[in-house]
Amino acid sequence: MRKKPTIIMLTAALLLLLLFTVPLWKITLSAPQYPDGLKMYLNIDGISDGGTGDLKNINIMNHYVGMKEIDQEDFKEFEIIPLIVIGLVLSGIIFALLKKRSLILLWIVIFALLGIIGLYVFYQWEYEYGHNLDPKAAIKVPGAAYQPPLLGKKEILNFIAGSYPHIGAYLILISMSLAAYSWYLLKENK
Amino acid sequence: MKNKTLLIRILISLLGIALIASCGSQGSNNGALGGDAAAQVYVAPGEQDEFYAFISGGFSGQLTVHGLPSCRLLKTIPVFSVDGEKGYGFNEETKPLLNTSHGFIPWDDSHHPELSQTNGETDGRWVFINGNNTPRVARVDLSLFETVEIIELPNSGGNHSSPFTTMNTEYVVAGTRFGVPVPQKDQSIKNYASKFKGALSFIKVDPESGEMSLAFQVLMPAFDYDLAHAGKGKSHGWMFFSSYNTEESHTLLEVNASQNDKDFIAAVNWKKAEEFLAQGKAHKMPARYAHNLFDEKTQTATSTIMTEVNVLLPEECPGLVYFMPTPKSPHGVDVNPTGEYIVGSGKLSANLTAHSFTNMLDAIENEKFDGDAYGIPILNFDDTVAGVVESGGLGPLHTEFDDRGNAYTSFFITSEVVKWEVGTWEVLDRAPSYYSIGHLMVPGGDSQKPEGKYLVAMNKITKDRFLPTGPEVAQSAQLYDISGDKMKLLYDFPTMGEPHYAQGISAGRIIPNSKKIFRLEDNEHPHAIKNEAESKVVRNGNTVRVYMTSIRSHFAPDNIEGIRVGDEVYFHITNLEQDYDVPHGFSVMGAQNAELLIMPGQTETLLWKPLYEGVYPFYCTDFCSALHQEMQGYVRVSPKGSNTPITWNVGG
Repeated sequence: MRKKPTIIMLTAALLLLLLFTVPLWKITLSAPQYPDGLKMYLNIDGISDGGTGDLKNINIMNHYVGMKEIDQEDFKEFEIIPLIVIGLVLSGIIFALLKKRSLILLWIVIFALLGIIGLYVFYQWEYEYGHNLDPKAAIKVPGAAYQPPLLGKKEILNFIAGSYPHIGAYLILISMSLAAYSWYLLKENK
Repeated sequence: MKNKTLLIRILISLLGIALIASCGSQGSNNGALGGDAAAQVYVAPGEQDEFYAFISGGFSGQLTVHGLPSCRLLKTIPVFSVDGEKGYGFNEETKPLLNTSHGFIPWDDSHHPELSQTNGETDGRWVFINGNNTPRVARVDLSLFETVEIIELPNSGGNHSSPFTTMNTEYVVAGTRFGVPVPQKDQSIKNYASKFKGALSFIKVDPESGEMSLAFQVLMPAFDYDLAHAGKGKSHGWMFFSSYNTEESHTLLEVNASQNDKDFIAAVNWKKAEEFLAQGKAHKMPARYAHNLFDEKTQTATSTIMTEVNVLLPEECPGLVYFMPTPKSPHGVDVNPTGEYIVGSGKLSANLTAHSFTNMLDAIENEKFDGDAYGIPILNFDDTVAGVVESGGLGPLHTEFDDRGNAYTSFFITSEVVKWEVGTWEVLDRAPSYYSIGHLMVPGGDSQKPEGKYLVAMNKITKDRFLPTGPEVAQSAQLYDISGDKMKLLYDFPTMGEPHYAQGISAGRIIPNSKKIFRLEDNEHPHAIKNEAESKVVRNGNTVRVYMTSIRSHFAPDNIEGIRVGDEVYFHITNLEQDYDVPHGFSVMGAQNAELLIMPGQTETLLWKPLYEGVYPFYCTDFCSALHQEMQGYVRVSPKGSNTPITWNVGG
């Protein structure tokens, strides 16, 4: 019986390795001229469009209103996030083997804090892109900002922008839930 | 009281709805209600058609793509004629496609589109079409809807019985309409019968790439070979060509070529021909013909002049060719889906002749010949014929089939479509055409798997069917519903001129392969540049190459100086877009050719020879964005011998 919480906690930690293969977040832009929509994904190590060329097209759209080009090189966050994930995996494994409730709780709290920080950083990016506009832009709408929503849908000029968690975000929730369950089981076993 | 009135009203309106609904279902079942023809061709905004139709552009030299049942024109694919709209034949990349042994030719007369087939079914990979005047066959790639290959035919004059395909597109054929001296030389026309020949060409098609090569020619008597169709199913391995002018006349053919009571359908055993080739029976004849191929990677066509052709002589190859006598100058020779019946449409007669393939083989096996013509055995009409359709019409031209055992024949003189049953040879229905129908088309109607829902009639005369447009009126075609027992005329629609023949195919067989863009990383054009930073202008003697990019909404560079009068300026423009439906155009003032229309990821080249000093604008011709009208630039042209240095920039 003592093995079960360990196995669950190990699963919670190892599950995070999948974050290297699936996106965390998805941003979509749709307009009548884009029946299939434009899609952009946030991964833990960068921005992608799944090879569709959509990122380039989003940048072309954005340049008319003076938004900065979305360029992966500008984000040093993407160098750090994979390290954080590896740190979470390793610490999760160690804590699982140590079977200490307090450590697992610590893991969950740190993880949650990192998640909140992550969302805050994401919001900051969006704010920056939506408000820091080139004064020489071809199309200037007085008072307009083009900040995409943090979560949900929002109308931005002729586009409807959508921002939703993707598989990676759900994996994080599952991982946290598993850790919490492990924490709970350890309590029972005492 | 109020409530009662309301109830009655509701009942009445419900009754009305029920009546309307029952009318609707009746209409779609029997197709007899005139009112719903409009609904049958109506494809609502945003909806797409069920079939593609590829209709020959006749003397425009092009191929048009329509949707059925709406009949809407979707695209004109330039094939044999230059097209300023697309820069076809004007840009440096496509010029080689129109090269021939007679040099660059900007026009031809395109007659018969033919879809590639696999296992006797249209496969949606390529459509072939013949150039009638300077004998050629073109291949259009249906992932691009662009002409990617054109092969010229030596020893031919007027490539009319072409380019019909075998069941697996092993070959497309090309029979000459005009007898010519072989090889071509100075010769008295009076020696037509003795010195002229008619070549039947077999073009091999690579099953993977689609690339064509002239495998062999069968050198026949100088009859006029009119149309052809391949055997299928049991008759796979044979190709049937109709002929007229078996009189071998060379003047006043309207009389002199109409004297024989019967002309021939030539049955060519191409599998046997392959054996003869393997045995080394072919004569290697010197010839000159162009083979032009567009390479999707480099996005450039090359033209190669070929110098030799394999020729088989029927008199040296027993069993290669037989003649089946068929009444009165047969035009269409059409094989039913099972491959058993070969239907000849004697265009100067009232009736259709269906030969039986089984009877034909039997007669050959038992050597029941009625003499020979130039060493080619002639079969007895009575031995091969399986049935005659007593049509009641006059001037049958061409027959296609549905998937229910019926056939549909066009009658030019009596201007009608006649539906008859294969096997019983009985006429089931007839519908007038407006006016003087030539060919007709059922999607898949010349394959083993027809889809007998619609029939397109291609007419030779239009007269009063549309608003008058001066002496030259619209070319026209008509759509019929053939799903019921009775044919029903649904719609008239104008086409490019003139529509000779067409092919139809379920849209689902083409849509998955249709490309949206060219991927920039796959672009191997020798003068492509992949980003704006690489743009440059390079002088080499009086040749100046401008390496330019286009993206919404600017060219780079957009200011160019240092060009001189007398220079040959090549604008190599790469469209950096990778988005569906964002082409950019390019035109420069005084260009003596046309515009470029560059698809996303593609590179095209315009040659510009400025004649006078000055500053000339260039601009994007295809409305690309809200700032399209700003997508422009300037080239400064200095006098000959001036020292203005080559400079270029954008935004600086």
